[in-house]
Amino acid sequence: MLGIPDPMVLAAFLGCIAVTAISVIYGVVRRNAAVDEVTREDRAWAIEEKKVEDEL
Amino acid sequence: MTTNPSVGWVDIVVIVGYLLTTGYLGWLGYRGTRTAADFLVGGRSAHPVIMAISYGATFISTAAIVGFGGVAGLFGMSLLWLTFLNIGVGILLAFTVLGEPTRRLGHHLGAHTFPELLGARYQSKGIQVFAGLLIFIFMPLYAAAVMTGGAVFAASEFGVDFEMALLVFALLTAAYVIPGGLKAVMYTDTFQGIVMIVAMIFLLWFTYDSLGGVSEAHQYLTGMADLVPAPLQAMGHQGWTVMPTFGWGAPTYDLWWTVITAIILGVGIGVLAQPQLVVRFMTVRSRRELDRAVPIGALFIMLMTGTPFVVGSLSNAWFAQHGPLLKGQLVKEIDAAKGYALVGLMKEVRPGHWAPVINAKTNQPTLAPMVLSGHETALDSTDKPLNLVSGRAPSVVYAKGDVDQIIPAFITTALPRWFGLVFFLCLLAAAMSTLSSQFHTIGTAAGRDLYERITGRHGTEPSVLVMRIAIMLGLLMSVTISYNVREEYVIARFTAIFFGLCAATFLPAFVGGLYSRRVTRVGALASMFVGLGVSLFWLLLVKSKEAAAIGLVQQVTGGKTSILAGFPNWPMVDPVVVALPLAFLTLILVSAVTKAVDARHLELCFPETSGR
Repeated sequence: MLGIPDPMVLAAFLGCIAVTAISVIYGVVRRNAAVDEVTREDRAWAIEEKKVEDEL
Repeated sequence: MTTNPSVGWVDIVVIVGYLLTTGYLGWLGYRGTRTAADFLVGGRSAHPVIMAISYGATFISTAAIVGFGGVAGLFGMSLLWLTFLNIGVGILLAFTVLGEPTRRLGHHLGAHTFPELLGARYQSKGIQVFAGLLIFIFMPLYAAAVMTGGAVFAASEFGVDFEMALLVFALLTAAYVIPGGLKAVMYTDTFQGIVMIVAMIFLLWFTYDSLGGVSEAHQYLTGMADLVPAPLQAMGHQGWTVMPTFGWGAPTYDLWWTVITAIILGVGIGVLAQPQLVVRFMTVRSRRELDRAVPIGALFIMLMTGTPFVVGSLSNAWFAQHGPLLKGQLVKEIDAAKGYALVGLMKEVRPGHWAPVINAKTNQPTLAPMVLSGHETALDSTDKPLNLVSGRAPSVVYAKGDVDQIIPAFITTALPRWFGLVFFLCLLAAAMSTLSSQFHTIGTAAGRDLYERITGRHGTEPSVLVMRIAIMLGLLMSVTISYNVREEYVIARFTAIFFGLCAATFLPAFVGGLYSRRVTRVGALASMFVGLGVSLFWLLLVKSKEAAAIGLVQQVTGGKTSILAGFPNWPMVDPVVVALPLAFLTLILVSAVTKAVDARHLELCFPETSGR
């Protein structure tokens, strides 16, 4: 199949496509599933992160 | 082989144009929302495409494209298992399983670097310092692999010496990284990612198209199995579309253990504990942003690793069909029906007179498996008549035995000149986006994780100075390593060593810290010591390629390249296969017998599940 005689190499070739397809489906199905909330803690962390970056 | 002898004005204009565009995007970014942290401070969300490509561009470097692409040119399409792991583990598993717990833990504990995350989770200054030191010492090895990848291609594309290309590449890196490239401006990363995508799509299309289609290209490559060089056949190489021979206890299985453990597993698993990638999860706004980034991340990685691995393998078919004609004397017929033969390569020393090409390493005439296409009579250097055959060979012959040269040789020979320039920009983009995060990590490891933790002085002027000095030192170390070490597929090997070290040292403590309340500080520290100790022991004394290059093992054993030299396959096994399970075992056993973590600290780490 596809000119690749070894099933293990063929599995890798098709596996790459399959795992990418699963990733795409996962992202589409879960695009709004998780909570999207920025807490006060998240913002405080980001302010400190900006400080680290600016220092550098 | 076609070479491009010089840098033309078009090259300079395009490269300068690219650098100016990158600089302009960076400057635009500085004026407004620029980094992931800015988005978070502003309470806004980075577009998932931008987030995914920015992560992918940091993940993928010249090491993957030139280094591992070249390894695929030598070993074949079995390397696609690495692409499978890069997508399945590096994107799907990392984003969906590790991403959110890392983000939450980092924010709860106020951690901003990977060592700080580990140190804060286990309330251990020692763990943070240990991790910071390891990163500071070994990250330059990975940065050297990235630089070598870029410099090797630049030298081939523009027809300059490797040393000159490395110097220019280092200066470009310094010019990009030092004034502000460290800030991971997401739009700049994304622009670089888009350049990489365009180059890879064209490269993949061109390669399949020039070989008559997908199945036809694979079929032709399959038919070339008899042309695998004899030393590789002796290690278990059965062709470019077939896995190496699997087994244990004989030299004919060496290649399987090299490809699977060193090339595929080390890098495939090691990505989970890459300090510069783990911190990316902390800059993400929410779980939703992580979920949305998965599709683009997966597509990007498939294109960025799948393309060079497929193209690297198929370069053998392209050279065998369309490569420049090579000439020499017939040594042995391999398959008369197909015209396959082993040929002693010759070069024309003066018009009509031919002399053997001498292999610089072995000082013997160079032999190459070839697809013969003709023959003629000529004279040797002593005016005696000889029957000269001509034909084409697998790509490693055109790369003069240097695996790191396979992708550059294919691009400069097979593709149009303009694409060489686009590909150079692709490599520049891949290198810059990765190098900036590497040097950022080196700087914060030295300043925040080492200097601040050891002296207790936080956010001070000397700390910033330490970070800058560390970045300069890191850059110098990387260039020095690149300049001095030019051995067999060194780009892929350096990358694999670093990824393997990170996996064995950090992964148990990192995963345990995210998911288990029972893992103790002593358990984590012990697992890190065991992971690093076993890895270094294996690299210095067991794994023959690395051990022989370092040289200690020859002194210990009286000239052998491994303390297990008499035991087939052991010297090919990568440290990660031994060190990672031992490190996990140490984490579990030591945690089981040491004092449990303070409950109040666990509440701080995991407030979402506290009280359950």
